[in-house]
Amino acid sequence: MHNLAFDIAHLLAGGLVLISFMMLYQDRLYALLNIFALHAAVLAASVAWQAFIQNAPHLYVTAAIALVFKAIVIPVALHRIIKQLGIHRDIETAVSIGPTMLAGMGLVALSMVLMLRVTGAADPLAREDLAFALSVVLLGLLVMVTRRNAVSQVVGFMSLENGLVLAATGAKGMPLVVEISVAFSILIAFIVIGVFLFRIRERFDTVDVGALDEFRGERR
Amino acid sequence: MVVISDIFVQLGQMALVLLLAPLLTGVVRKIKARLLRRRGPSIFQPYRDLLRLLRKEVVLAENASWLFRVTPYVTFAAIWVAAALVPTFASGLEFSWSADLIAIVALLGSARFFLALAGMDVGTSFGGIGSSREVMIAALAEPAMLLMVFCVALIAGSTQLSTVATFMASSEVGLRVSLGMAMIALIMVALAENARIPVDNPATHLELTMVHEAMILEYSGRHLAMIEFGAFLKLLLYISLIICVFFPWQITTEGAGPLSYLVSVAAYIFKLAVASLLLAVFETATAKMRVFRVPEFLGAALMLGLLGTLLRFVSRGF
Amino acid sequence: MIPAVAQQIWCVAALLGTTALAIASSRSRRSTALVYGATFAISLVALAGALFSLIARTGATELTLPIGLPWLGSHFRLDALAAFFLVVVNLGAAAASLYGLGYGSHESTPQRILPFFPAFLAGMNLVVLADDAFTYLLCWEFMSLASWALVMAHHREPDNARAGYVYLVMASFGTLALLLAFGLLSGAGGGYGFAAIRSAQHTPSEAALVLALMLLGAGSKAGLVPLHVWLPLAHPAAPSHVSALMSGVMTKVAIYGFIRVVFDLLGPPSWSAGVVVLILGGATAVIGILYALMENDLKRLLAYSTIENIGVIFTSLGLALAFQANGFGLAAALAFTAALFHVLNHSFFKSLLFFGAGAVLTSTGERDMEKLGGLIHRMPLTSFVFLVGCVAISALPPFNGFVSEWLIFQAVLQSPDLPQWVLKIMVPAVGALLALAAALAAACFVKAFGITFLGRARSPAAEAAGEVDRYSLAAMFSLAALCFLAGILPGLVIDALSPVAQAMIGHRMPVQANDPWLSIVPIEESRSSYNGLLVFAFITAAASLAVYFIHRFASRAIRRGPAWGCGFADPTPAAQYSGASFVQPIRRVFGTLVFQAREHVDMPAPGDLRPARFKVDMHDLVWERLYTPLTEAVWFLADRLNQLQFLTIRRYLSLVFATLVTLLLVLAIWS
Repeated sequence: MHNLAFDIAHLLAGGLVLISFMMLYQDRLYALLNIFALHAAVLAASVAWQAFIQNAPHLYVTAAIALVFKAIVIPVALHRIIKQLGIHRDIETAVSIGPTMLAGMGLVALSMVLMLRVTGAADPLAREDLAFALSVVLLGLLVMVTRRNAVSQVVGFMSLENGLVLAATGAKGMPLVVEISVAFSILIAFIVIGVFLFRIRERFDTVDVGALDEFRGERR
Repeated sequence: MVVISDIFVQLGQMALVLLLAPLLTGVVRKIKARLLRRRGPSIFQPYRDLLRLLRKEVVLAENASWLFRVTPYVTFAAIWVAAALVPTFASGLEFSWSADLIAIVALLGSARFFLALAGMDVGTSFGGIGSSREVMIAALAEPAMLLMVFCVALIAGSTQLSTVATFMASSEVGLRVSLGMAMIALIMVALAENARIPVDNPATHLELTMVHEAMILEYSGRHLAMIEFGAFLKLLLYISLIICVFFPWQITTEGAGPLSYLVSVAAYIFKLAVASLLLAVFETATAKMRVFRVPEFLGAALMLGLLGTLLRFVSRGF
Repeated sequence: MIPAVAQQIWCVAALLGTTALAIASSRSRRSTALVYGATFAISLVALAGALFSLIARTGATELTLPIGLPWLGSHFRLDALAAFFLVVVNLGAAAASLYGLGYGSHESTPQRILPFFPAFLAGMNLVVLADDAFTYLLCWEFMSLASWALVMAHHREPDNARAGYVYLVMASFGTLALLLAFGLLSGAGGGYGFAAIRSAQHTPSEAALVLALMLLGAGSKAGLVPLHVWLPLAHPAAPSHVSALMSGVMTKVAIYGFIRVVFDLLGPPSWSAGVVVLILGGATAVIGILYALMENDLKRLLAYSTIENIGVIFTSLGLALAFQANGFGLAAALAFTAALFHVLNHSFFKSLLFFGAGAVLTSTGERDMEKLGGLIHRMPLTSFVFLVGCVAISALPPFNGFVSEWLIFQAVLQSPDLPQWVLKIMVPAVGALLALAAALAAACFVKAFGITFLGRARSPAAEAAGEVDRYSLAAMFSLAALCFLAGILPGLVIDALSPVAQAMIGHRMPVQANDPWLSIVPIEESRSSYNGLLVFAFITAAASLAVYFIHRFASRAIRRGPAWGCGFADPTPAAQYSGASFVQPIRRVFGTLVFQAREHVDMPAPGDLRPARFKVDMHDLVWERLYTPLTEAVWFLADRLNQLQFLTIRRYLSLVFATLVTLLLVLAIWS
């Protein structure tokens, strides 16, 4: 039984890393949003499974929050924003896919080396969860770095946050308060950035953050 | 006595793959046709095609060299030997130790090497375009395949297919995300290597899109038959490989009675049928991609293999 | 009975005598046959001696000659490692001499080659035999200079002078690094003998520095990226049999130096040494083969492919270091044996391929693949052996290249036992690089063979080609046979290599000769095994069966007709796929990153009668980012220092005075 519990937790966490990679690979906005929704759904499943095996009912709330907000509300909202902005056909990456994937691989290797070495004595479940969580966080950062489009940067930021939630649930005993606050802060960040998007759009007629640099006179 | 029965199993395996290969392709074609609401040719059509091609005379280009005439037999033999070494229904094949998974990959590489050369032999631009694209695809598919082999071999502790199959059939494996990734990588590689949609379309003769067909454009008669037969075998081989590594249930291990062989042959054929159904549905549901999207597709397979190998270290946490 | 090492030294003396003979008989018309005949015979004798001491395990024999430094003398020693590399050297030398018997007769200025050829062979033999630092460096420099003279043999051809210059600079740099390495090794006490170095203790920082210097010194001779730049210039510039020796054998002598110092003299390695060597090796393999793919000059393509193989060998040595540092003797022996096996294999097929390129060059006068094609009809035998070489170097079964790659992969698969996480994660990644390099190598040699030998002739010279002479063919066929034999009987080779692994690692691979059906089993049979003989037999049987059944029961009719080509008749051979177009897909996948390749298409509008133009921009980043700034810095400094030549006497005196005071100050602070 214990083995199966471990296997499923492992599968879900590993799936999260894989979906982060799909985000790196995907350069169309709608598809990116769909993948993000999947990311959040897998996160919800993973958190729920942790709640089950740790006998920690408050984690179910976290799972529900992840499912409702991140897998449904936010993607739908972003969908609408994209539609309003008329940027749904945009495909742009600052760096091409091959090197990005390689860099992603390197980051995963890095987090494995770090986490597995540091947490040698910890419970194996927490240990691998932490290793996966760090990979997801780093991959989220990578998405933010390699994209120019503000919407994809928002998605990257949220996937990063998913990694944090994964780490928090794996670590056992993180209080719910923190969870909710983290989730809300993300929501607020999303709103802020959403408004921000409209502002960019009004001023410069594009959501390419490169336009901001140009405005400040920093031509590349 | 055991040796003799093992040799029989080995010979039976060689004959079985030879017999089943065209049927598999026929079934896939039939299902695809039915999915498109066509009636489609009979599932035995590939046998008839082969026989018809065998009876025809060979029309050889004036500039063709001996290499062009030898290649069909070399590629066919290499693929056949590789296919005979993959455990399909019994894991204790007499000669399975003579080549492990890496060697099987390399045998397929030999077959492709000669086919790519034959494409360039006559000196038409179509042959060149086919060979050039084929080696590009191979340059990515082969490392992806080897990484998947690494991943599986590191988990099973062996590159020997019989050992891998026995290990995977045992209960100690469990669900592992690395294995899932390796499987997806293998399926992607298999699609590319067998010139299936979305990488290549075996039914096309539009010059700008074809890869494999462009390479063998100059072949006719019995030479073409051998190459087609090789392609059928290759499809069977890859599906058998996926079955053997990831779904080795009901495979007969050494020293079992004759009845268990019957059961495992039946199980094998059942698994093949399921695989051909899945393949046909997948091919009907997707569109062929541009040639220069293929590197990204295979790059993803490569990354999956590498990721699986890396994540394997986490799997051993317990 | 004279000791084995003395036999080898006599052979070297005979080679040096041949040099004198070559100088003396340079006016004679028979000198070519005389010199190559002599080197052929001497190399065979030396080969037999080395092979005997390797297989019979006679143990190390030593010899001191009263030449060189007066208080030291010259030490020579023949142990298992030296014996193995002597086999590689002399086998290559014998093949090259045999080839030279035919190839040399086409030479326009034989007096520029004949004296240096035996000297070069003698130099390589001496480096392997040397047993003290002074002799080693002296012989190393002798070898470099002799090969430089051979590179400059055709000095009137454009580019060759530049190749010679770059080679000379890089060789001097390498020797400097080696000099410093040996200086560090022998320490302040000046124990120049290898025995003294071996018994001395080396601190970890010292060992790390020596490793770095060896990577610079031996690596620059072997062609590690980014020290490889001279290699694709110099190797092709020499006459083809010398190219074969430089690529197939001299790079191996550099590897011998690396092994001798790092595995033998330096004592137990640290695992971080393995990391460095692994990264360098993997990067060298992939970058080397990508360069090779982009190349359209046949000999330069082969030279770049040498870089790839050196990368493979270094990767395997890095694995051996990593295992050795952690005390995994069996795995280390496996990786080390794989490296040696690849050394042997590469010397076989690279020599073979360079001979083939030389044969093409003599019979067509062309090295540019875009002007060749269709040679399979006019040079059937050459093309057959060249094909064997291509299959072998592409690591395809049942030939020898596959066996060593397979062994390396098996060593990679031992990596999870390693305790360091960095290594655990990195070794499979390097394995991926090797797999990529192997797949690209196959693509590269499809191109090399396909463009050169297949298709239709692209120039009148290729149209008029003919088969080469019998000596060249004999040399190529014997090497091809060796490629094949080592591929189907790898167990014998592994067993022959075991004393070397035993001496360097302290462990050996399991005895292979007892395995049934001559298969090879690196660790145990349930883990992995391979049987080249059976695979070959199966393929042959399956192919013959197919041929028999088809020709017996189906049709065997053949009709010749014009090529079909989808109905497009393309009358001109120029419309064929060329080398550049063949690699275009791969260039688009890898080239944008590695070479910053950009394609420019200039397509005129309909009605515009301009021809359409297609242009590819490629950048050699190693040159542009590393060497160009370096040379500019050197120029700048030289310019500045030049002013020192125009000072007054008073200023010169003050300079000398300042130097003296500085030195005294340094001394005061230090002690």
